[in-house]
Parts: sequence; C-alpha cells; structure tokens
Amino acid sequence: MLFKIALKNLLGARLRTLLNVLVTSFSFFLILFMSAMYDGMLQHAKQVTIDTEIAGGAYWHPKYDPLDPMTFEDAHSVLPAGAQKLVDEKKAFPVLVSQASIYPEGRIIPIIMKGIPPNQNIVNMPTDVLFGYEDFAIPVLIGKGMASESKLKVGDTFIIRWLDSEGTYDANEGTIVHIMDTENFKLDIGHIWIPLNKAQSMLAMEGEATYVTYEKGVPPVQDKGDWIPRDISYLVQDMEAIIEADEPGAQIMYLILLALAAMGIFNAQVLSIFRRGREIGTLMAIGMTRHRVVGLFTLEGGLNAVLSAIVTLIVFGPILWYFGVYGIPLPIDYSEMGLIIAKRLVPVYTIGLVVSTTILVSIIVLIVSYIPSRRIAKMKPTNALRGKVIA
Amino acid sequence: MEKNVITIKNLVKHFPIGVERFTALKNVDLILREGEFTGLVGPSGSGKTTLLNIIGGLDSASEGSVSVLKQSMNNTTHNERAKMRRKYMGFIFQSYNLLPVYTVFENIELPLILNKMNQTERVNKVEQAIEWVGLTNKRDSKPNMLSGGECQRTAIARAIVHQPALVLADEPTANLDAENSHHIMKILSNLNKELSTSFIFATHDEKIMAYLRRIIHLGDGEITKDEIIDNPKAHN
Repeated sequence: MLFKIALKNLLGARLRTLLNVLVTSFSFFLILFMSAMYDGMLQHAKQVTIDTEIAGGAYWHPKYDPLDPMTFEDAHSVLPAGAQKLVDEKKAFPVLVSQASIYPEGRIIPIIMKGIPPNQNIVNMPTDVLFGYEDFAIPVLIGKGMASESKLKVGDTFIIRWLDSEGTYDANEGTIVHIMDTENFKLDIGHIWIPLNKAQSMLAMEGEATYVTYEKGVPPVQDKGDWIPRDISYLVQDMEAIIEADEPGAQIMYLILLALAAMGIFNAQVLSIFRRGREIGTLMAIGMTRHRVVGLFTLEGGLNAVLSAIVTLIVFGPILWYFGVYGIPLPIDYSEMGLIIAKRLVPVYTIGLVVSTTILVSIIVLIVSYIPSRRIAKMKPTNALRGKVIA
Repeated sequence: MEKNVITIKNLVKHFPIGVERFTALKNVDLILREGEFTGLVGPSGSGKTTLLNIIGGLDSASEGSVSVLKQSMNNTTHNERAKMRRKYMGFIFQSYNLLPVYTVFENIELPLILNKMNQTERVNKVEQAIEWVGLTNKRDSKPNMLSGGECQRTAIARAIVHQPALVLADEPTANLDAENSHHIMKILSNLNKELSTSFIFATHDEKIMAYLRRIIHLGDGEITKDEIIDNPKAHN
C-alpha cells in the first residue's frame, strides 16, 4: 500500500520529483566521475610505467640500484646465458646505465646516460630514431622535459663527458636526433638515451649491460647467473606504494564529494518534505499512523534514489562512457613537474566504485528523507495541518 | 433509541504560551447522538476548532474525559486514534487539504486505500461518492484545475467515501461564495439523511447555521448555549 502511494506521490509531483532526482543524480554523477578520474589518474600512471619502462620485468645486475647512481659504475657485466638467449630471441633487450655530464652552451648538467638497442620494440619508446646517424659521434634521444630543462632542441650539439670502465674520463659530441614526448618522467628528466653499441664502446664495456628488460609473458629463465630477477609486481611496487599512500587522500576526497552531494540532496529533500507539512497533517487526519507517514516519505526517498540511479544511467551515462573511452585532455604537461599524468585523463569506473557509490547515495537519500519526515510526523497533527514545521 | 456518538465530561484544554498557559476550553460537557447535524458556533478563539480537534483525536484533552463512538480518547495511543479516524471519522477542512498531485478520484480513494479495501470495492465506492457530490465530469482533474467549490466537494467525498459514523467539518464554507456554500451544505445535509452519519461543524457562517439542527454556542471556551432547531431555516 505504502509503495503504491509513494510511487503515486513521486510520479504525481512531476517538477518536485524532477528537481530532487536531478540533484541526486547529478551528485551521483559527480561522485562517480571525480572518483573515477582519480582512480584513472593513478591507474594510468602505473600503466604508463609498465608500457614505457617495465614491460614484463627485468633482470638486474646484482650491483644495480636505480636509486643510487654511485652503483652504476660497477653495475655492468656480460649478460647471463639465460638473459642473453632472450635477447637473441628478441624477447628482451639490454640497457647499459652510467653516470655522465653534458655541457649544453657551457652549462654542466649531471645526467644518467642509458644505452638502448634502437631496434627494441618491447617498451613504448621511440628508440628507432637512433638509427642511421653514422656521421654523428653520439646520436642522442631525450624527452621533452629534459629538452626544456637543458634548452636543447633537435640538431643541437653538446659535449658529453663520462667515466669509462678503466676509470678514465672521456668526452665526445652528442647530437639531439629526436625529442620524445613521453608521459613517464623517469625516462625523461635527467636522462639521455643513446644506441647501446655506442654506449658499450664509449664506456669500454663491449657486450655488457646493467639490466635486461623482457617482454610480457616471458617465463623466468633458469640460467640467470647472479643477476636478480625483478618482476612487474616488484617494479611497480613504488607506484603501488604511492597509490596506497594516497588511499586516505582518495578516501577523504570521496567523503568530501559525498558530503557535498549529501548536502545538496538533504537540502532538496528537506525543502521538499517540510513544504509538505500540511500534506502530512492531512494524511494523519485521514488515519495514517506516524510510522506509516515516516515510512511513506522514506520510501519516497528510496524510490527517488532508484529513479536517480536510472536518470544517472540515461542522462549522465553517455557522458561517463564518452570520457571513459576518450578521456579528458589536460592543458598542462605535468611530466615536466615530475608527475606521471596522462595528457588525456581517462576515468576508470570500477564495479566497486559504482556499487559503493550507489549504495552510499541511496543510504544518504534514505536518511535525509527519514530525518525530516520523522520530525514532522512527531508534530501534533493540528500543527502539521496548519503547515507549521517546528516539532 | 439513538446512540451516543460523543460523550464529553468536564473537558479542559490548556495551551502553553511561554511560561503561561491559555485555557481554550473550560469544563465542557457535551453529548452528541447518532445522526445529529450539529454546529459548534462562536467567534474566533472561542474554542470550537480545539473542541473539534479533540473529538477527532488530533489533539488531546488536558483534563476531563472524551469518549467517541464508545471509545475513550483519553488513554489512547496515536496509532489507536489514527485507526479511529481511519475507520469511523471523516474530516473536512476550511482549506480543503487535498493532495495536489492526486486527481479527484485518487484523493477520494485515499481513505479506502488506508483501510486496505480491495480495488473493485474501492472503485465502486469512489464512483458513488463522486456521484454524491456531483463531480463525475471532474474525476480525473487535479485540485489545481478545480474551483473552490469543487475542491470542497472533493474533500467532502473523501470524508464520506468510507461511510464514517462521524464527520468533522472545520469552517467548510469559509472559502466559498454563497452559492457554493449552499450547494455544499445541501450535499452534506442529504448525506446526513441518507447515511445517518453524524456531522459536527465548527463555524461562524450564518449560511451553515441555517441548515443545522443543533447549535452549540461557544464563548471563551465555554458552552454558552445549546439549542435544538426543530425546523432549520434552510429546510423551509
């Protein structure tokens, strides 16, 4: 019986229902969208790192510590047989890492110099641009951030100075052959990329490398010597830690959005219910009990939430879908700030997010419908009939 | 023998006004019998609406006893009073109090839904009530499409659709012109005769008084005069 009356009330009060439903569904949309954007941003950062840097995992020289450049000097050797086999099968590629300095226009900039095979296609880097510059002493690939920081452009030359395996400083002229546009600042800021064979010859480390990156789906090799296997989960652990560390932040943002939505919904519902004081009085006068009045209005709130979910799906669903597929372009290149943020942010709508948001918004609507109707139902019917709203 | 519909003894009603209290009804004694067509008449603030509300269980007495349809209203819960109203009473308000989102039919149907009547019976009863008040051509109209007189006729139909033993009407003609007032009163008077429903009006409208068969005068919360009209003017 209550359901029938509630449905009739809801559908009968066209404009009031429309406004309430729109406020609720807009809040719904906003929470979903903002939270999905936030998730998308973090997930994207992880995916970019995997696509451009990690691939399926790596084998590291035992002395290699990417966070300690002092280890680079000793972190090189010929590849263990198992890793070499992967390289030969083109399922992996070696990278030789060393410290160096560049001197663009007389300035000195310490950098990490990495030798990479130009023909690799395991990570998403335009290394093929390093092909075909036999006339150049050292063809160099850098990122946009590095180019901006060092004020270098394609065709610019500068001195590169390095320490070879014999402990001798040497220098030669590097030429920028390409400036890559990458979202992964770890390939960009403070890095120069040169052909692997060139690096090996410069550093007097023929056939040696610091680490080997292999493609996705490659099983672990047996003959890896003392090299250390680093799988994806290890290599993304920093990123996971950042995401995890950001969890409270994400939750706070979610709660703030939820609170803002709750205020909007509360405002609309309270206004709607308190305006109906006389209606509540009339219902009590014709014999509806207080419990039923509260039940009726709470049920109306519940139906409002259901309608809002449907409206969100119909009205805002295409917008959510569009952004989910095409993303939102960002006006600023955040990679220069040392952040892995896509140039187009793509929201990620997880089932957990959709379900939890639906449940939470529904609970909010029920609560904000229950509280004012309970307050009005507690009034003396005579006051409610007069439209007084103070219990 | 006529049954007592309402029995009131030494009824007192106080309202708190700040730290003071205002006595709206003082030692009211009253008996109303089945089928009476009675008016509580008096100026504003004389206590007629308060008395009507206490009879209807919308308000409670501060002192004294009130018995409606042989049930004491003194020690009843909100739910019991709601049940009483739902089953045995009908209310007519000055400002109609129709639910704006419902049609005439749906407004009238509401008490029957609350009484959990089945749909077939509901439709028959509502159609009958609509016929009583002459709104057959307006059954699907919403209140905002009706005149004041039509709204009040809808409210009357809602009050009598479940054929209650008692109808309480608070200034039912106050918002209506003379023609509509007479029309409304004729309808109510006919229903009183046809259904044996007791009617109590709170009014100071002369037009209503012309139809009443009993007039209870109230002044400053007390019954000042209780007159039986054997031959109401409007019936002549």
